[in-house]
Amino acid sequence: MIYEVFRQERKGQAFQHAGSIGAPNLEFAEVYAREQYGRRQESTALWLVPRDAIDELDDFVDELGRTYHRVDGYSLKEKLKEARERAAKSAAHFPRS
Amino acid sequence: MTTRADLLLQIADDELVLGWRNSEWTGIAPFLEEDVAFSSIAQNEIGHARALYQLVADELGTTADELAFDRSPEEYRCSRLVELRLVPDWARTIARHYLYETADAKRLEELKASGDAEVAGLAEKIDREEAYHRMHAEMWFDRLKDEPRFREALEELRPLVDERGEHGPELAELWEEMTMVRRSVAGATW
Repeated sequence: MIYEVFRQERKGQAFQHAGSIGAPNLEFAEVYAREQYGRRQESTALWLVPRDAIDELDDFVDELGRTYHRVDGYSLKEKLKEARERAAKSAAHFPRS
Repeated sequence: MTTRADLLLQIADDELVLGWRNSEWTGIAPFLEEDVAFSSIAQNEIGHARALYQLVADELGTTADELAFDRSPEEYRCSRLVELRLVPDWARTIARHYLYETADAKRLEELKASGDAEVAGLAEKIDREEAYHRMHAEMWFDRLKDEPRFREALEELRPLVDERGEHGPELAELWEEMTMVRRSVAGATW
């Protein structure tokens, strides 16, 4: 049985994935998790989750590249670069006299 | 030697010798998580021994190292239980671990109630780590308690817990290994 271990470094902080533990049951997993993720006072709390209980989704399609839907926002950097290149090119075609 | 020093040495020798014996499983325990856990327990025991030797050393005007390594095997006060070499028998190893932790818990309770503040304080500290050792011993006990091999091992080893007279040949062999490096350079202070 594999348990995924999440640890909280300080009270109030979000739990983060720390690693996994192989153990025959939860009782063993608790002892091993304490040993590997708690004995140096590096955690204030641990979550142990059987790997089977985790529902994983990893099918996120972005066929149309609609980056403006993302939380990091609409990325301008590439688009600005392209626009500048276009402007430079057309300036070369129509030099100011 | 005072009764205090005598008792503390007894416990320190138990912890040192058991720590060594348990460390013999490092790298060869039945599975990896257990390897990490059991090795860590072994290391804790040696840490407890160090702290106990230090208390005695302060009283006797010597050092923890000298007490741990420079006595002859006959001078060690550890029980017969801890000196046995049990690798590769996991059932007997866990039986010893369980018997030792159970007896050690009782002993620590008494020390924590001691009128000697240094002793009581150290016992408190040690007991906080031993709580995890007991948890580990109990989980294995629960898992193996119906296994005939484990039950036989408990019966076989139980009488040795309090046996502190004669040492078996295993202790002298262990002492050879344990002090080999220390003795390898004459006069070295490390």
